[in-house]
Amino acid sequence: MKWFKPLKSVALSALISVSGLVSMQAKAELGYPEKEELRFGFIKLTDMAPIAIAYEKGYFEDEGLYVTIEAQANWKVLLDGVIDGRLDGAHMLAGQPIAATMGYGTKAEIITPFSMDLNGNGITVSNEIWKQMKPNIPKRADGKPQHPIKADALKPVVEKYKDDGKPFNMGMVFPVSTHNYELRYWLAAGGIHPGYYAPHKGDTSGQINADALLSVTPPPQMPATMEAGTIYGYCVGEPWNQQAVFKNIGVPVVTDYEIWKDNPEKVFGITKAFAEKYPNTTIRLTRALIRAAKWLDENNNANRPEAVKILSQSNYVGADYDVIANSMTGTFEYEKGDKREVPDFNVFFRYNATYPYYSDAIWYLTQMRRWGQIPEDKPDAWYVDIAKKVYRPDIYEAAARSLIKDKLAKVSDFPNFAEEDGFRNPQTHFIDGIVYNGKKPNEYINKFSIGLKQGDKI
Amino acid sequence: MQARTELSAQGCLGERTNMTTETALANNNINKPIISESLKTTITKTFKTLLIPFAGILVFLMIWAGAASKIDTSLGKFPGPSAVWEQMGSLYEEHSAERVKEQAFYERQEKRIEARLAKDPDYVPKIRAYTGKETFPDQIFTSLITVLSGFVLAAVIAIPLGIAIGLNKTLNAAVNPVIQIFKPVSPLAWLPLVTMVVSAVYISPDPLVAKSFLNSMITVTLCCLWPMVINTSVGVSSIEKDLVNVSRVLRLPALKHVQKIVLPASIPMIFTGMRLSLGVAWMVLIAAEMLAQNPGLGKFVWDEFQNGSSNSLARIMVAVIVIGFIGFLLDRTMLQLQRFVSWDKAGTAS
Repeated sequence: MKWFKPLKSVALSALISVSGLVSMQAKAELGYPEKEELRFGFIKLTDMAPIAIAYEKGYFEDEGLYVTIEAQANWKVLLDGVIDGRLDGAHMLAGQPIAATMGYGTKAEIITPFSMDLNGNGITVSNEIWKQMKPNIPKRADGKPQHPIKADALKPVVEKYKDDGKPFNMGMVFPVSTHNYELRYWLAAGGIHPGYYAPHKGDTSGQINADALLSVTPPPQMPATMEAGTIYGYCVGEPWNQQAVFKNIGVPVVTDYEIWKDNPEKVFGITKAFAEKYPNTTIRLTRALIRAAKWLDENNNANRPEAVKILSQSNYVGADYDVIANSMTGTFEYEKGDKREVPDFNVFFRYNATYPYYSDAIWYLTQMRRWGQIPEDKPDAWYVDIAKKVYRPDIYEAAARSLIKDKLAKVSDFPNFAEEDGFRNPQTHFIDGIVYNGKKPNEYINKFSIGLKQGDKI
Repeated sequence: MQARTELSAQGCLGERTNMTTETALANNNINKPIISESLKTTITKTFKTLLIPFAGILVFLMIWAGAASKIDTSLGKFPGPSAVWEQMGSLYEEHSAERVKEQAFYERQEKRIEARLAKDPDYVPKIRAYTGKETFPDQIFTSLITVLSGFVLAAVIAIPLGIAIGLNKTLNAAVNPVIQIFKPVSPLAWLPLVTMVVSAVYISPDPLVAKSFLNSMITVTLCCLWPMVINTSVGVSSIEKDLVNVSRVLRLPALKHVQKIVLPASIPMIFTGMRLSLGVAWMVLIAAEMLAQNPGLGKFVWDEFQNGSSNSLARIMVAVIVIGFIGFLLDRTMLQLQRFVSWDKAGTAS
């Protein structure tokens, strides 16, 4: 903890000054919301579920909030909406508030009091690539491919394309998205270089030294773009992997659960200014979202079919019931007919999924550094500092405590707030077996064979 | 004098119509047994005005149904007429269901306000608008309001500007290059600029209209502006010399001159410009809504495309038909208006 000392006082005092109001109010009766009419944005993905459920189940209204929920065209439009105030809050990629706060892309202070889910993504390749990959995959006794499928099986295919002079294009949803980092992680673990960013040289394509060229496609357009042959595969959230199976245009090869078991996924983002101006509203909307997440996981996913029905409405995700149900109800269909149990494919509440852990934010920062989005070395303390600016467990705690007080949730639903320091224990379940300890980001970066290490610069 | 011109113009047109009918009848009469003349006219008329278009639509539906069943997309078969009809019904049902939910929303809100007032008497209650989704009819309504307000705004700017340009040769020479350059620009190219300017300039804590509405409306205005300016100025500059001379002889003041001579004389051209621009504006609005995700029919189409459900294509087809139908109605309305106000009846043949 020595490295942490000099920073601790600064970070703590910053935290106290901002959260002073919040904690005081938590002790007293939670006040009425300062702003009653809110507008939230989302992207058509199943993990927006907590927002839809909080609306449909009346949790927002219970807090005196009248929320309009609006689908956005892509992640950039969504982020700009929150920054310029058109939206009060949104379903965001975990990397978005972090990148915005540190000024990668649009600079703005975005915070998150609520982490929306764990897992929920997959990597899909087109039928043509699958055909070439399949002989390289070890088989189980019943003849089906052995999981998890590693990128080692894809490597010869990528090399063949490279030798033929054809670019091997793949899609992900946003430069700072989970999907970008997961796809990169999976490719790099199999020896395929996904390319570096060099923002200080004006290169934000992320294709320097790349074997596989990654580019941005909005989630709902992924299947159509792959069908058109523009990309050979993609990493995206549900239902767009299952959609490929239903449409017979591609095969999901791996889920992010297999790349990193119980990885943090979306967050709910609001501006720091919003949280300061409307503290009660912020706690109240967090309360509603916590209740929704709890409902989604209650009684061993018993409410999921109802949730799928709501999500399949055209104003939410809008895909067919069967497509959404495939992954939301605890299974995942890989190759057509190869449906396997993945009970934790979407986790909304279990394993403290909604608590905004600093270590989750730091993992994203390590990947930004690994791929050059952060072009220079940063001390470990810097990582913690950014994480504490963006992730706000203090607001979460205030919301959770007031829910417990109102008997809407139990103490056991949440982490032990008195002892929680915001860092998960070192995590071991990565596809390449590398252990992640959020307290030592630089040490972690140095463990990868592909990627920038301490001292490296493009 | 003006009245006389109008009369004679009408007379002329009347004669022409009679003549054509007579010729047609004469042609029909050749080699055919003579039945009652009037009955025959009625039959021919009904045949031409009702049956032929009906047959045309029928053939189109058949070709559509036939072709649709042969096109397989990754979202299932291309929707035929029956699938589209079905979705039309389901969209209407969704609309009705949403209205019921809206009712319940307001009832819940009232109760909540009462409960709060009991605890917190200082609270100034405000009824919050329904937060549910916009149904298909809502989207139609939004698009219509947007196109009409953008159109009216354009008319308010373009007609006075066009008159000024038409009256003044120097001004015309000065403004013309600018108009000529901006005229061929698709308003969609302006859209990003409009969006940024609106969000920078239009800041209000309790806005009267949404920014998205303003963006779409200004795009429509930009689209309508040029054809209206050009047509108005051409109409104004080509007023008959006689009329201008009369005004000179009577020494009409400038405003009176515009009011009594210029406006009445150039109204046909002004309306031609308006009708032209409304048609284009409707097309552009849909595209702008798709691009900027502003509420309206364009957003409906895009959302359905993104949903990629098995009903999506049929729903998009419903929207396509509705867009076409509304475009047609707008055009007809403008045509009627044009007919009503035009004295020369030129350019109003269909």
